[in-house]
Amino acid sequence: MQVLLYTILTLCVLGILAAVVLYFVAQKFRVEEDPRIDEVEKMLPGANCGGCGFAGCRGMADALVKRDDISELFCPVGGGDCMKAVAAYLGKAAAEKQPEVATVRCGGTCEKRPRTNDYNGVRSCAVASSLYVGETACAFGCLGFGDCVVACAFDAIHINPATGLPEVDPEKCTACGACVKACPRMIIELRKKWPKNRAVYVSCVSKDKGAVVMKACKAGCIGCGKCEKVCAFGAITVANNLAYIDPQKCKLCRKCVNECPTGTIRLVGMDPLPREPKAPAAPKAASAAAKEPVKEAPKAAPVAEKPTPAAKEPVKTAPKAAPAVKQEALKKEKAAEPKQTVAPVEKS
Amino acid sequence: MANKLIVAPAPHVQSVQSTASIMRDVVIALMPALVVSTVVFGADVLRVVALSVAACVAFEYLIQRFLVRGPLTINNGSAVVTGVLLAFNLPATIPWWIVLIGAFVAIAVAKMTFGGLGKNPFNPALVGRVFLLVAYPVQMTTWPLPVNGSFDALSGATPLAAVKHGAAADVLGLQEMLLGNMPGSLGEVAALALLCGFVYLLWRRVITWHIPVTVLATMALFAFIYALSSGESGAALWQLPLFHVLAGGAILGAVFMATDYSTSPMTIRGGVIFAVGIGVITMLIRLWGAYPEGMSFAILIMNACVPLINKYVKPKRFGVK
Amino acid sequence: MKTFPMGGVHPSENKLSGAKPIEVLPLPDVVTIPLAQHIGAPAVAKVAKGDRVLTGQLLAEAASFMSANIHSPVSGTVTAVDLQPNGQGLRQMMITIKREGDEWAEGIDRSETLVRECTLSAQEIIARIKDAGIVGMGGATFPTHVKLSIPPGKKAECVIINGVECEPYLTSDHRTMLEHGEELVVGVTILMTAVGVSKAYIGIENNKPDAIAHLREIVRNYPGIEVVPLQVKYPQGGEKQLIAAVTGRQVPPPPALPIDVGAVVCNASTTYAVYRAVQKHMPLIERVVTVTGKALKNPRNLLTRMGTPITTLLEAAGGLPEGDCKVLNGGPMMGRAMVQLSSPVTKGCSGITVLSGRDALRRTASQCIKCAKCVSACPMGLEPYFLSKMTQKKNWDEIEARMVTSCIECGSCQATCPAYLPLLDWIRLGKQTVMGRIRARAAAAKK
Repeated sequence: MQVLLYTILTLCVLGILAAVVLYFVAQKFRVEEDPRIDEVEKMLPGANCGGCGFAGCRGMADALVKRDDISELFCPVGGGDCMKAVAAYLGKAAAEKQPEVATVRCGGTCEKRPRTNDYNGVRSCAVASSLYVGETACAFGCLGFGDCVVACAFDAIHINPATGLPEVDPEKCTACGACVKACPRMIIELRKKWPKNRAVYVSCVSKDKGAVVMKACKAGCIGCGKCEKVCAFGAITVANNLAYIDPQKCKLCRKCVNECPTGTIRLVGMDPLPREPKAPAAPKAASAAAKEPVKEAPKAAPVAEKPTPAAKEPVKTAPKAAPAVKQEALKKEKAAEPKQTVAPVEKS
Repeated sequence: MANKLIVAPAPHVQSVQSTASIMRDVVIALMPALVVSTVVFGADVLRVVALSVAACVAFEYLIQRFLVRGPLTINNGSAVVTGVLLAFNLPATIPWWIVLIGAFVAIAVAKMTFGGLGKNPFNPALVGRVFLLVAYPVQMTTWPLPVNGSFDALSGATPLAAVKHGAAADVLGLQEMLLGNMPGSLGEVAALALLCGFVYLLWRRVITWHIPVTVLATMALFAFIYALSSGESGAALWQLPLFHVLAGGAILGAVFMATDYSTSPMTIRGGVIFAVGIGVITMLIRLWGAYPEGMSFAILIMNACVPLINKYVKPKRFGVK
Repeated sequence: MKTFPMGGVHPSENKLSGAKPIEVLPLPDVVTIPLAQHIGAPAVAKVAKGDRVLTGQLLAEAASFMSANIHSPVSGTVTAVDLQPNGQGLRQMMITIKREGDEWAEGIDRSETLVRECTLSAQEIIARIKDAGIVGMGGATFPTHVKLSIPPGKKAECVIINGVECEPYLTSDHRTMLEHGEELVVGVTILMTAVGVSKAYIGIENNKPDAIAHLREIVRNYPGIEVVPLQVKYPQGGEKQLIAAVTGRQVPPPPALPIDVGAVVCNASTTYAVYRAVQKHMPLIERVVTVTGKALKNPRNLLTRMGTPITTLLEAAGGLPEGDCKVLNGGPMMGRAMVQLSSPVTKGCSGITVLSGRDALRRTASQCIKCAKCVSACPMGLEPYFLSKMTQKKNWDEIEARMVTSCIECGSCQATCPAYLPLLDWIRLGKQTVMGRIRARAAAAKK
């Protein structure tokens, strides 16, 4: 009996002693932390992708709470809504940013860009890029070894084995920019995300001269400048033999798409503008230029057949979402060629 | 262009050795000992070795095929090496089901759970042996007598056990020790044959001399100091070190187990520290521990230190003093 | 026998063309001359389309101190100054010249007579070397005049001539030492004057006993020059390895340079070019190129004008073999694989190696078995397996702490790996990334 008593007593004393020690230690080493950091961290998506520039969501939350001006901080994954919620909670002004989506600007598919050699080293774009031109003759185009795929934390980008090029799933893409950083050739760009994943962009980044580009790839931008001339909004600039469509100025009028002789300007989620049968109907374009697009028509068509749900939608839904300027542009188009514009609508 | 050009970063030369060729060399190096063992203990030896190898390969195949679903690596022969080494650590008369259990522990527990070849922190064959030693102590220490031996005095005890129980270190002649004409695990008895394997491995550049030589030298030195401090003189001063180097699993462990790639340090300096550790722990167990033999425990304990050694012992950098 | 202190491997030597004397390749019809044939700023073109040029005439001028002049290797008309693909298919500024005859510029002595006396001062020698556009011809293409201009506060103690040629297959330095030994030794005396030292070593690997004997015979008459036979081990021809092998001194890790241990290293072919530049006013417009490979009909050493297309050299050696093959600019350990065979021979091109059949393809990599052979093979005392793994994990701080910047990219680790892991592919990427980070830090610190 006595043994039992002593045992219990000793253990109790030991326990109390330990508790006292633990209490003082906890006091001494306590880390003061703003409880709001935990709250903000909970509001963030928790992807820890690094898209904000911090190592993880905790770092971002810490910065959001501690900095007075958070207008430069933005979580691309959570987007505007998430930032608004955080800002409201903290009583600070949130950053405004339009939604963006990663866009792969290379159209050099296996069939359009012939392979000239076999790469036998590590399957890494960064390694191959620092070594040589790549498996094709284009020194600017996609290498196809998938550094972007590895970098993506959201399973949003994959190499299509048929084309050898990466494709972005716009539903999964959070515009964190990891793939943009991973691509050694700077092919991937974060571009404005239109409703229904529509997009018009130049799917080429080659700064080579036209003749060189054509030798290497049938889908490359040759810097001919036809798109620049046809653009009514000044959204297209040609520099270093390369056209670029400014996503902020572009109104998705799609005129440039038909103008491009190599089919480099890519149209996603929309039907292309119908092409005029002969030169007279196209007053803006140069007569010589008008002939080529007709020839190119079958090539350009499959580009537009991107299997996004939006493709099935008739064109008439576009004006709803688009700003007023665009509506006008569309109206002008309709006025110019009334018969053809109806055609896609009827089909669907 | 008719023929395609192939492009890769430099260098464009690859080793003449491959993982498979290294494993093949290790198996070849173990063959002399296997032959001697068969002569000493009879056909039982071949039965145990065959069963152990088959079981190890089968377990690795099954785990990779159905559990991990990863690429099959049994072609590289590492499971064969584990199988042979495990068998070498068993008595020739061990029941077949114990061999199977040992093979399962070695492959499934010690190797595949850590990710297979190159990732296991402990030597699989030794984990298998130690598991069996603890789980089936009776069967694991029932040593068969050599077929044509005449060692009634030992009555089935290994020389180390005999010494542990009071026999003198010169209980066996040098000749018996070298030729393996004594009771013991089936692969550890033939010192001379194992040394032949060591020379072969050195010649084939599979291992370097540092770890085996350091282990054995440390053991000899330890035994010498022990003999000296216990007031021995004359012949006993060299007999005890020689006995400890030749008896038990010292040579098998030093040459084939301690040099296992994935469970030994990455640098030569680290390897020497590792080897000294093995030598010292082995001798501590042999002289003062409960078991007559401590090689397998010593190697496993030092295996656990390898990550630490790798972290702190870096190779000497060029141009840094 | 001397050698460097740690690591190294011994790949099969395959010196197929070692016994073949140097032959002169017929002049090509068209040459293309890249403006960047050296480390540093590309040279600035001094000719334009349509200009007539003479052999040895200045085509492009060094853009800065760390740059080199480029001279015309043929006489003819400049047909273009534009972007052309180099061996790796990347486009570079190049001057294209259509050859018409072989008319030489004034003042170049083309005779074979040996000129021993050199009364020029160090500055004059360096100026002549700079004018001739001489760069390291072993492959690194470091401008020689920069190397010879000892920075203030440093002092050279010896000149080391690199006649090691540790790369398998290549024999151009070997043949140069045999056939132009005396000129080479005069070149050594010129280099000694240029850096102001009285001691020079010629390091030659022991697999070239004829070159060792030949040069030993010659240097008897030249005080202060010593031929040092070296054990055959790759990468003995690495600058730091050679210095350690010959003098026993180890160059500290970057940013330290060989001059910090008092050594100036110069390749054997470069030394011969220095002789020709200083004594004969001959600019660097031709070099010996070993065209070799097990599947080539006629591996040989060709005296080639710069700018000659690689295809011309391959044809001279019997043409490319059937089937897929790998064509290397350089030897198999450090050479760069080429995709554009119409690209030209440049100052740093010591050989064209053709690997075919099984040699051309890498074997499938398996997992690391921690055999530590790469650690033992590294001549810089690094841990390749670890650097490679950490690069894949993008752990840049860790690989910087483990001195990835010391890597000389010799490839010993990868060439010794029994699992055929692409160790150097990754380490090179890690090294580039870490160097970029160090530069970015330095730039940020300046601000």
